Amino acid sequence: MGSNMAEAHPVGFQWVMEAKERGARVLHIDPRFTRTSAHADVHVPLRAGTDIAFLGGVINHILTNALDFREYVVAYTNASFLVGEDYRDTEDLDGLFSGYDPETASYDSSTWQYETVEAGPDDHAGASAKERSASYQHGSGGPKVEGGSGRIAADPTLEHPRCVYQVLKRHYARYTPEAVARTCGVSEELFRAVCQTWTANSGRERTAALVYSVGWTQHTTGAQCIRAGAIIQLLLGNIGRPGGGVFALRGHASIQGSTDIPTLFNLLPGYLPMPTPEHGDLAEYVDSVRADQQKGFWRNADAYMISLLKEYWGEHATADNDYCFDYLPRITGDHGTYRTVMDMVDGKVFGYFLLGQNPAVGSAHGRLQRLGMANLDWLVVRDLTMIESASFWKDSPEVETGEIAPERCRTEVFFFPAASHVEKEGTFTQTQRMLQWREKAVEPKGDQRSELWFFYHLGRKLRQRLADSTDERDRPLLDLAWDYAVVGDEPQAQDVLRRINGVDLTTGRAVGGYTELKADGSTMAGCWIYSGVYADEVNQAARRKPGREQNLYATEWGWVWPMNRRVLYNRASADPAGRPWSERKALIWWDAERGEWIGDDVPDFERTKPPDYVPPEGAVGPEALRGDDPFIMQADGKGWLFAPKGLADGPLPTHYEPHESPVPNPLHGQRGNPTRKIYGRADNPSNPPLDHEVFPYVVTTARLTEHHTAGGMSRTVPHLAELQPELFVEVSPALARERGLENLGWAHVVTSRAAVEARVVVTDRMRPLRVDQREVHQIWLPYHWGSVGLVRGDSPNDLFGVVVDPNVFIQETKVATCDVRPGRRPRGPALLDYLAGYRRRAGIAEPTVLTTGPEAGLPHTEEDQP
Amino acid sequence: MGVGRWLASRLASWPVYRQITGRDPLGRGRAAQSPRSAGLTARIADADRVAKSVCPFCAVGCAQRVYVSEDRVLQIEGDPDSPISRGRLCPKGSASTQLVTGPQRARKVLYRAPYGGQWRELDLDTAMDMVADRVLEARAKGWQDVDERGRRVRRTLGLASLGGATLDNEENYLIKKLFTALGALQIENQARI
Amino acid sequence: MTEHSLSGPLHDVAGEAGYEQHPPRVGFFTDTSVCIGCKACEVACKEWNDVPADGFDLLGMSLDNTGHLGANAWRHVAFVEQQRPAPQELGMPSFDRPGAATGPEARTDFRWLMASDVCKHCTHAGCLDVCPTGALFRTEFGTVVVQQDICNGCGYCVSGCPYGVIQRREGDGRAQKCTLCYDRLRVGEQPACAKACPTDSIQFGELDELRERAARRVEQLRERGEDRARLYGADPEDGVGGNGAFFLLLDEPEVYGLPPDPVVPTRDLPAMWRRAGVAAVAFAAAAVAAFLGGR
Repeated sequence: MGSNMAEAHPVGFQWVMEAKERGARVLHIDPRFTRTSAHADVHVPLRAGTDIAFLGGVINHILTNALDFREYVVAYTNASFLVGEDYRDTEDLDGLFSGYDPETASYDSSTWQYETVEAGPDDHAGASAKERSASYQHGSGGPKVEGGSGRIAADPTLEHPRCVYQVLKRHYARYTPEAVARTCGVSEELFRAVCQTWTANSGRERTAALVYSVGWTQHTTGAQCIRAGAIIQLLLGNIGRPGGGVFALRGHASIQGSTDIPTLFNLLPGYLPMPTPEHGDLAEYVDSVRADQQKGFWRNADAYMISLLKEYWGEHATADNDYCFDYLPRITGDHGTYRTVMDMVDGKVFGYFLLGQNPAVGSAHGRLQRLGMANLDWLVVRDLTMIESASFWKDSPEVETGEIAPERCRTEVFFFPAASHVEKEGTFTQTQRMLQWREKAVEPKGDQRSELWFFYHLGRKLRQRLADSTDERDRPLLDLAWDYAVVGDEPQAQDVLRRINGVDLTTGRAVGGYTELKADGSTMAGCWIYSGVYADEVNQAARRKPGREQNLYATEWGWVWPMNRRVLYNRASADPAGRPWSERKALIWWDAERGEWIGDDVPDFERTKPPDYVPPEGAVGPEALRGDDPFIMQADGKGWLFAPKGLADGPLPTHYEPHESPVPNPLHGQRGNPTRKIYGRADNPSNPPLDHEVFPYVVTTARLTEHHTAGGMSRTVPHLAELQPELFVEVSPALARERGLENLGWAHVVTSRAAVEARVVVTDRMRPLRVDQREVHQIWLPYHWGSVGLVRGDSPNDLFGVVVDPNVFIQETKVATCDVRPGRRPRGPALLDYLAGYRRRAGIAEPTVLTTGPEAGLPHTEEDQP
Repeated sequence: MGVGRWLASRLASWPVYRQITGRDPLGRGRAAQSPRSAGLTARIADADRVAKSVCPFCAVGCAQRVYVSEDRVLQIEGDPDSPISRGRLCPKGSASTQLVTGPQRARKVLYRAPYGGQWRELDLDTAMDMVADRVLEARAKGWQDVDERGRRVRRTLGLASLGGATLDNEENYLIKKLFTALGALQIENQARI
Repeated sequence: MTEHSLSGPLHDVAGEAGYEQHPPRVGFFTDTSVCIGCKACEVACKEWNDVPADGFDLLGMSLDNTGHLGANAWRHVAFVEQQRPAPQELGMPSFDRPGAATGPEARTDFRWLMASDVCKHCTHAGCLDVCPTGALFRTEFGTVVVQQDICNGCGYCVSGCPYGVIQRREGDGRAQKCTLCYDRLRVGEQPACAKACPTDSIQFGELDELRERAARRVEQLRERGEDRARLYGADPEDGVGGNGAFFLLLDEPEVYGLPPDPVVPTRDLPAMWRRAGVAAVAFAAAAVAAFLGGR
């Protein structure tokens, strides 16, 4: 769902095709009929942005018919835990959960806690947690639950009205097949067929895998889409087992790596959160990250953090100075990429680095991106080829409209040619957390350099310039451990990787894994979850034992975090007693004779902890994990059907309409996600909801196999550019008739932000859906084009405004409303008039004022709330 | 070479002669094989080195073999040893040779001055120095010791960065580390997009 | 020379072409039922064989912007958007705008076929038979290759191909088509397209083995209800003596733009030769003179 695997990940899709040959059923649930649908047993077209309604329907089907894998659910999930008495569901509040504050459009989550768990101060953090995208900070473990290691009130019969199972049942009771049909535009028959196939292929003997991509994440409800999928997979016992799982198919060679070792404002390596001003010292920081009384390995966050600080500041980081914790800058709210671009427009940002990234084409609201870049002191672009984000000052659409003129644009631009993947060595982390080392094949030419070279030498030059500084603010830079091995003038990636892995400072040896990290300053490690990648002083990511010489898990090819475990939470592949749930689904199991877990994969569990282990009273951390607690990173050791904290928009996924949608919410009074971030400002207008006149259609965007993201690596390459040479918009025959569009003729798509012209492709693959008695037309465009390269065209990302998911601040670019008209768009300044006319007719006031709650009646606020 | 031997050798290389005298009477096979065809070999056989690499496009992580001769990339293709990709590549991965060797690859630092109408080339070291100066300037302009509520933040909001999803882990590590030490926060990448 | 030198079944094509010791005949089995239309084959082919890009034109033929095989497209992936043909229909491609009548409820059984086309490396190859310079020749692998150092761009081969595969390249004018990666075969590597193909839709191997595999596959698909599944070019009794590169199709060949009953144009050549004998002798004499005189 929300993935076009055959087109976006064709080589990965070979395994789906192979599974299909062996009898697996492939269901593709997606608004578009794609090359993936062509090979699916069933394609279910649904209205863009209604995935949670569909998944909620599946959950309802499972619970109503008691089709869950009960033994698994009772033992391994929080189904039996009792939720506090003050919790109110969307069923009680017409689409809102308890704790909603309309003024800040955020939740106080304290009422969502388990009955026996005391809510902490961070449960009340609401607005400030949301503003720093706090949910994203729980990437490698759950949020802290103080008391997670103690006894949590539970009803193993799952009958208590406040147990998670019953809460879930009530929450999804209204997601009936009829409601799904009405909301998603899917026939009840097709919906039931999906439910039957999914549940029939799950359980003790069978497993089902769920695959998603940015078709889920790029929504104002993105994180909850994934939660909904995870709930189903937990209910059906499809997590931690072979053939099961929830797979995020990510789109860039190291996008997983750039999340693990983040270039993200709110994270430090290993999903340690960036500190805030509330963290007066290291102890306060650690206490805010993990609970004292909790289970699991996240309890040891102090060891991970201190090891990071030791890597950052080396000998300068000591117990006496809190390991230089004070050197870390503090975040106070949203410093995300979209907020930052608005700050550029507002003149608050002066310099900008773009590192293999082309936001002029690839980010939402291209005009805002380009106007932001045009208002900088300087811009550094590093890329393989010339891209739109470097040349915006002379060839962007705003130059055509007169909004940017070279002679008035003050931005100083530096373009640095980058070394390619064969001209440098290092690791990528692929979509299943596997690090693979690349050897350097050739030297880069001319001025081409790696990012490693660029940043190492930039750091060196900055430190030289400040060498004599006595300014306290320069200490973090001057004390920085910037002593990586260098050969010639190239810093050695192996040395960086080794220090990311971590070193025992008492022996000088690389550590073997994160369990060896200490909170006493005797170890350093740049990213605790990567500890083990350099175990035994060997670059484990460089291992290349051929797959055909290994079992299916190929544990000697590359290295997977954590600890080379290929299937996360694989303790769940065995029953509570440690036996495989079934022979054909065996992965790891307890060998009583040897006293350890064995199997085809590396156990994601303490190797010698027996299945019947019961922790002593008062135990915390790993010691508090029972022998049948497979979810070793969670504070309570369980898979979360219900999230008592950690999400900005509720403990359970709920269907909300997209920010821009043509219909009211068929399920609840609350129309859109009440906590979405809208960034209401004059240059970021929204199309009004329920508008059937000016912007009557639904637009979605996607990739093509033949191109790569913003096009810098494909529109410049002749053998790819020729395969998809021009921007096109796909429409159904019915819409083509309605709007007078001709196949291969021109059309333009209009929103309140932009008009984008494209050639028309009329195809049966697009078709209107029947939603609540209305016919809803959807169109789509691939988003790869821009003003530079061998093949050029308008950029569909210009059509979108910036409205983001409150958990992770990912923008809603998978759905908006639009108009589509035959012919090319107006050019030059006439285009601005044309768009102003659309906004006028749609009644879009400037600045945009939108409510986030049904009764709120307040303009959305985006300031950091006290 | 005598005329007789010359004639014999010329004749032997003549397809029609080979056609009449050999086992290819219709002259459509062996007899028609040209000297170039007879000596043909694949350029990957000329490689003096094969580097093990990984495709730089999506996140599947298909393994590549990079065939190199004299510091020149001859060919990039899939590595059959990979348990992920089994030697296969999609069209983008298959275009890797062109991606890294094509004329679209920029080789020179380019600079566009404020209010300028065109690019000009800049020496790499000069450009690095100019960037270093500007980083310090922007950092100072956007520096905050405390936030608007007087809380200690020791940071700068003067400079930002976007990118990293196509970079190596080691590179991202240095980027985050350096910017953090500078007090810069707005360090983002595609993972937010 | 045998009875079937010019038409009909011919088992040992390389032996017939004068190779005493030769490897087994190899070819492609393109199983279109697993083609995902990614076009890796097109790109891998072009990268390996230095085939230039062929212009940046949107064709609007579903997702196909290559159009057809030619001098600069040695692999071509066809995309066919199809309402599942009703039994009484012939399965011919519709010339209406695709799905002109579909609304929210109308579409029932739509399917999207994809197929990677390539030179067929015929047992009796029209291009080769009519080539006057010996540029086209049969390799020891039984494949058919244009030798660029011989070809003079006369273009006879273009009309000789019953599939419309071979074409002269603009510029140097020489004939171009798939070589089945003759150079790679020489060093024991498989052709670039087959190696890249993510789903193994393009399978390279010994022809005899491929034909057996294909027969089993078509059987299997029919058992699963693909009642129109068939092999194309696998039959040694067909008009070209069977193809070295053959296909499993899920519908009539015409649906994919393939000729239903291709015939090598030189099938009737022996009869014509007898009448042209006198002229041929004169031509041969002229050729001897021209060769010895040239350098």
